[in-house]
Amino acid sequence: MALQKMQRINIYALLKYCKDILETLQRRSVIQIENVNIEDSVFFKEDTGSLQSSYRRSADIAKKASDIINEYVKSKKSLFSTFKGRKSITTDEYNELVESSSEILKIAYDIINFKNNINQNETEIVKYEAQLEAIKPWLNLDIPMTFTKTATTRAFIGVFEGERSEGDLLKALAEVCPDVDGIDIEIISSNENQTCVFILCKLSDEQTVYDSLRQIGFSLPQYQSKVIPKQREKEIIKHINNRKGRILENTNNIIEASKYLEKLNFLEDYFIMKAERYQVIDNISTSNNTFILSGYIAKDDAADLKKYLEEHYWAEVELEDALDADTPVKLKNSKFTEPVESVLATYSYPDHKEADPTSIMAIFYYIFFGMMFSDAGYGIVMSIACAILLLKFKKMEKGLKKSIKMFFWCGVSTTFWGLMFGSFFGDAISVICKTYFNVEAPSIPGVVTPIWFNPVNDPMRMLMFAFLLGIIHLFVGLGIQAYNDIKNKEYLGVLYDVISWYLLVGGAILALLSMDMMGNIAGFVLPPVCMKIGGYMAIAGAVIILLFSGRDSKNPVKRFLKGAYGLYGATGYLSDILSYSRLLALGLATGVIAQVFNQIGSMFGTSVIGVILFIIVFVVGHALNIGINALGAYVHTNRLQFVEFFGKFYKGGGKEFKPFKINTKYFTVKEEI
Amino acid sequence: MSEIMNNSGVFFALLGAAFATFFAGIGSAIGVGKAGVAAAGVLSEDPSKFGKVLIFQLLPATQGIYGLLIAFLVLSYTGIIGDPATVSMEQGLLYFAACLPIAFAGLMSAIHQGKCSVAAIGTVSKKPDQMGKALILPAMVETYAILALLVSILSVFGIAKM
Repeated sequence: MALQKMQRINIYALLKYCKDILETLQRRSVIQIENVNIEDSVFFKEDTGSLQSSYRRSADIAKKASDIINEYVKSKKSLFSTFKGRKSITTDEYNELVESSSEILKIAYDIINFKNNINQNETEIVKYEAQLEAIKPWLNLDIPMTFTKTATTRAFIGVFEGERSEGDLLKALAEVCPDVDGIDIEIISSNENQTCVFILCKLSDEQTVYDSLRQIGFSLPQYQSKVIPKQREKEIIKHINNRKGRILENTNNIIEASKYLEKLNFLEDYFIMKAERYQVIDNISTSNNTFILSGYIAKDDAADLKKYLEEHYWAEVELEDALDADTPVKLKNSKFTEPVESVLATYSYPDHKEADPTSIMAIFYYIFFGMMFSDAGYGIVMSIACAILLLKFKKMEKGLKKSIKMFFWCGVSTTFWGLMFGSFFGDAISVICKTYFNVEAPSIPGVVTPIWFNPVNDPMRMLMFAFLLGIIHLFVGLGIQAYNDIKNKEYLGVLYDVISWYLLVGGAILALLSMDMMGNIAGFVLPPVCMKIGGYMAIAGAVIILLFSGRDSKNPVKRFLKGAYGLYGATGYLSDILSYSRLLALGLATGVIAQVFNQIGSMFGTSVIGVILFIIVFVVGHALNIGINALGAYVHTNRLQFVEFFGKFYKGGGKEFKPFKINTKYFTVKEEI
Repeated sequence: MSEIMNNSGVFFALLGAAFATFFAGIGSAIGVGKAGVAAAGVLSEDPSKFGKVLIFQLLPATQGIYGLLIAFLVLSYTGIIGDPATVSMEQGLLYFAACLPIAFAGLMSAIHQGKCSVAAIGTVSKKPDQMGKALILPAMVETYAILALLVSILSVFGIAKM
């Protein structure tokens, strides 16, 4: 339960070792590198911006290429691929891949070209298909659409809106230009939207006819083929097939290139790694022959690194305890409590002045989760599932591993509380015994009968127990506040902010429990003397809070008002304690819903089909219940920690220690030691 | 005749069970629906966030389940399912009253939890690492459904013992 002691580290070394030292640091990932702001006549900063961006661009190209491959080749991603973690390669394999990196980059460019080619051809196909659609009504026309005249005649090829018959058109035309005769109209095709026509007239009447036609709604087609439509259709189809062929060819090329997928992934990792190393160079100052690097390191790792750098690279390493407010925070916890660090991280890292609450929080976390989920069957399922994942996928990413470990312990706790409350897949065993064997279930403690008591039969007892745990939880939180105060040498704060609340809340509870009214609910009454003691304690606490919680203000009126407001915080304690009733409510919800499914399953009778239906309902129902109630337990356990517990002492706002490390997505390189 | 009078509470008990399932169920349906729309929007941009947004979509689902839970308790205590039992008028009305907290607190809290989930899905889509904080905000709303569930459960247990 502690924050690791951090040290400020300064490394001075010869420039010729710079690359090696950075590589060492990146591999060891123990230093968080900070910016060194020395720029004068001797020291300067190297500008690596263009190099960095060129590496990042290469990484992007590799990523783009692998994305394209993934688009065309469905990789067999199993359900568990998230757990697999990164593939590890040996240093030899690494060097080999690095050597061929320019070659792989070329392949990446090729793949992107294939894809561009496909896109281009696809656009063209769309264009041709539109043409094909436009030419369809004209297929019966046996001359090119651009045909206009012979020696004596003038032809008009065009469309009318709507469905028009030859007679219609002739009549309409006669109305507009009665003097012209010898007009021949041929309907090429017609549907409800448009009528395509071929109109022939004498060349001498050209202008009159054209004007008249315009008047009755004639228009020229948007697409005109220079050859006979049928022939044009054939051409277009040929073009389309041609394009399709090219697409297929390129697709095959991409599929062919999919064997390079792993190498492309490696390339992406490699360039990102390189870019990050150069990014670090932004933070160091160099002179012509030397460089300075500065950062934070955990004290435990410091001596080792110092020795290594001094021996191998003749570097000068300077260490001092880091005390400034910006010092990043690195947590250190035991194996049992460490998994909960990830929960803490989602809230905020502790300020380096306060205690790391992880270990205490972990204990309550497991207890609360278990009580809300409270079913031995579910707990066993959860723990076994987590254990299998942990054993099977040893290379799992760190963060994920922590979460899985946490759920493993939550499962253990769930099993424990399930046995205490006598819930094993709800009341599965009694239901099975009663329905199929017609006997009462044997009283197996834990699985059939509760070891402690069944909250369904005695919810008030459970409620009291939930409140008791809640009070303990809150008081422990206050205790950590006291610890922090002592650590920061604010001894009076312990009295004013912690002991006062112990007195007020503790006294009030004592007094409440000795009242007859509360006795009905709690099931027991404390002797009247507790009323007196509790009363005095509460009054003493209240007076301290009233007088001292506004001690920062110099103005006495303001101070008093602040004190009164502080006292008002007592209502907060009331709601905080009542909030723990969710331990009961969610625990009951899990148990009762499990019973519901068992009962529904048993309704189908004792026939073979009945048994099969029971099994189906049992599996689906309990899987559903596990899902929804594990989610509920997780969310509400977090809430109890974040709101009720952290509200009492935790400030947070610390910066996470982010070491300079190898930040790869697909590969890790095995170190040869 | 007397048998009918003795058992006349069943109607109100059933009405209560119906209230609990259908009001809390409506609330959850609305809440889950809203969150689902937002979740689908996020997925269209980044399908890899499916696991994360699904959790947010499920948050308002619990009220409907709490309603079902109370309804089931009432149904089994009043003999509508399982072993037959007689329910007097008085008991039936009491069961009805016991169902009201989860029915209405469930309805409203699920709708508002759904809205809160929508906003939280937005948070996660932009800042996936803030999952923990984003999860707490909708969970705050759920508190009131849990309190209502608690009162409903304790009442139903109490009435059954009477």
